Amino acid sequence: MTEMLALQGLRKVYGDVVAVDGISFDVRPNEIVGLLGPNGAGKTTTINMVLGVLQPDAGTIHIEGLDLARNRSQAIARTNFAAVYTPLPGNLTVYQNLRVFGLLYEVKDLPKRLNELLKQFDLEAFRDKKCGVLSSGEQTRVSLAKAMLNHPKLLLLDEPTASLDPSTASEIRTGIRQFVKQGTSGVLWTSHNMYEVEAVCDRVLFLSHGKILLEGDPKKLPGAHGKRTLEELFIAVAREPLTFGMS
Amino acid sequence: MSWNRTFAIVLRQFYLIRGSLSRVVPLFSWIAVDMILWGFLTRYLNTVASPGFNFVPALLGAVLLWDFFIRIMHGITMAFLEDVWSRNFLNIFATPLLMSEYAGGLVLSSIATSLVGLGVMLFIAVAFFQLSLFVYGLAVLPFLFVLFLFGISMGIFGSALVLRFGPASEWFIWPLPALISPFAGVLYPVSTLPHWMQFVSRFLPPSYVFEGLRTIVSGGTASGMALLTGGLLAVGYIFLAFWIFKGVYKSALRTGLIARYSAENLG
Repeated sequence: MTEMLALQGLRKVYGDVVAVDGISFDVRPNEIVGLLGPNGAGKTTTINMVLGVLQPDAGTIHIEGLDLARNRSQAIARTNFAAVYTPLPGNLTVYQNLRVFGLLYEVKDLPKRLNELLKQFDLEAFRDKKCGVLSSGEQTRVSLAKAMLNHPKLLLLDEPTASLDPSTASEIRTGIRQFVKQGTSGVLWTSHNMYEVEAVCDRVLFLSHGKILLEGDPKKLPGAHGKRTLEELFIAVAREPLTFGMS
Repeated sequence: MSWNRTFAIVLRQFYLIRGSLSRVVPLFSWIAVDMILWGFLTRYLNTVASPGFNFVPALLGAVLLWDFFIRIMHGITMAFLEDVWSRNFLNIFATPLLMSEYAGGLVLSSIATSLVGLGVMLFIAVAFFQLSLFVYGLAVLPFLFVLFLFGISMGIFGSALVLRFGPASEWFIWPLPALISPFAGVLYPVSTLPHWMQFVSRFLPPSYVFEGLRTIVSGGTASGMALLTGGLLAVGYIFLAFWIFKGVYKSALRTGLIARYSAENLG
């Protein structure tokens, strides 16, 4: 089956800074891949390139087999995203925002889909409330509902549970796992919560200075590198990238 | 092209305007004040000038058409600025939306808001100052059309400026019509201008409209060729403005400005 996301030799340079340095990886159907790394490692730059809002200097991006550079609109129609730093416009209500984005993604039977999502993300009580007056956790749920509007084949989540309480975060994680299990979608997930990554991701990639240093099963990877937990491994990679093959 | 995606841009603007008095009032408030101000001025001029010449169609009509152009231009830039103000670029440009669909949505939003303004202006000008559009005959339609096209081009160009130079550069947009108006001969014949300004006015579609308007008011017939020239120039400017907008957008994709727009520049 076609990979939901395939990156090959992806590179982005800002002036003298190499933000992403020729990385290659894929996200397969029914797979959640964790993209880990310290601040400035290149995670968000990578996600922005996959979303088509940042042009790579080199390399290719294929989404469900479609070349993003050549078929941007068709490829992006198969994706969606939620990021903690991009809340939906605060001057529109929850329903208005979801309806506008539903039209942008050309969601079929939109009224029915909106009602499903309002229920799924426990947003029915906020349906006619402006997003700007919601708590950060509620805004995150609206962003996640937006991200699920078009049943994306590739879901990009940049720290999606950062502002959620543990109970809601757990429900969201369960919901996304179910979403991946039921269909053929893949998820690229960034998080600084290693407990969450271990619980959710099938595979993780450690990024540092724009390069992938480690890749593997989050449950086995710490032991393979002499660490007890994923968090310990994260700290070691962030502090001593040279030890992990950084040249 | 997807009608749904274009409609989404229009719907977003409708939601914003419907729920906000501060967005509804500016649609007609300034142009209503303009109509009243110029209405009384023309009425006064009619009392002091030589009898037989009516300033209402010459001046008030010209101001009405010029304000229509400004409404079209600002209608586009205001719809664009909503995305700037709500920091919505990443959300909106990470969708399958094409630039042509986005621009189409901005133009349709502008048509709707400008029609409100035009209606209010016509009501004041006709009801209180006896402006009759019949004075211009059918020529009023190409007059409006040329200004409409030029308004679109300036709206897209203004949006490109803001996209290029960041949120704080919106002040570039507001004085643009004022910068153009001396050359466009809105209130006086182009022949009044020094030669170099007349040369510039040849490249401005509104100058053909207002010259035609004055010819009709003076009892002549507006030149079809001049209006066609104005129309073709306006269409050319639309293509040029869209080309500039697309160029700025592509550059923003390369530099990362779309993803980090609030930083204003990446220097």
